[in-house]
Amino acid sequence: MKQDIFQAIADPTRRAILALIAIQALTPNAMADKFDMSRQAVSKHIKVLHECELIKPEHSGREIYYHFNAKKMQEFDHWLAQFRRNWETQFMQLDEVLLTMKKEKK
Amino acid sequence: MNNDLLFDFAVDKAAKTILITREFNAELSLVWDAFTKQEILDQWGAPAPMRCRTKYMNFEVGGRRFYAMISPDGQERWAVQEFTSITPKTNFKMYNAFADKDENRQLPGSEWDYNFSEQNGITKVTISIFNESLERMEALADGFRKGYTEMLTYLDDLLAKLSDKQ
Repeated sequence: MKQDIFQAIADPTRRAILALIAIQALTPNAMADKFDMSRQAVSKHIKVLHECELIKPEHSGREIYYHFNAKKMQEFDHWLAQFRRNWETQFMQLDEVLLTMKKEKK
Repeated sequence: MNNDLLFDFAVDKAAKTILITREFNAELSLVWDAFTKQEILDQWGAPAPMRCRTKYMNFEVGGRRFYAMISPDGQERWAVQEFTSITPKTNFKMYNAFADKDENRQLPGSEWDYNFSEQNGITKVTISIFNESLERMEALADGFRKGYTEMLTYLDDLLAKLSDKQ
């Protein structure tokens, strides 16, 4: 099943991993070292982040480096901006409705 | 229009919550009615060119509002709001979920918490939206985007026909 982006970033360790690889692509082993975690625990987090496309693997020889997928974050921000605009539009409509209601009351 | 009215939109991604605050130049009882009466809600409850139509609304704890967002080409997207708590003219909470046209809900939905307060004739409304699933919310925005795209396509067709006639 595809992972939900909210679930993925709700976890503090995964947020820390994202913050770290946003600066520099890392191998799972390097992540395990930095966070003092087992390779198994790191793999679990990578799986979640990869499934919601927040990180991208890149093969370099026998190693896999994980990169931060800024595009996915932008998609989400783009969606939020749209959601915000929808509310702005609705509230302006409500301003008009309230104005009419006030006039009718008088 | 009064442009000094507050509008604030904040997102807490980690807490999966969106917080919207808006002030209205009207007394509390009018604003409360605008958010809780179906005939008024239907006048502003969808961003133009979408519109909103409520099939029924029982504004009481445990009651429901069953409504549709309608795109310019007439496509309907149904949703159910279930009111979970009401403190008149102060606060109400509801659980919102998409549904089919027969009112079968698609869970999970989102939790909405509305707060109302008035100061010097200006009413402040704060809405907090908690979402367990982001995909569900994105689906909502997609519905809007689709509506706009279809409207533009329709307009293109119309303009093409009009210019053919000339």
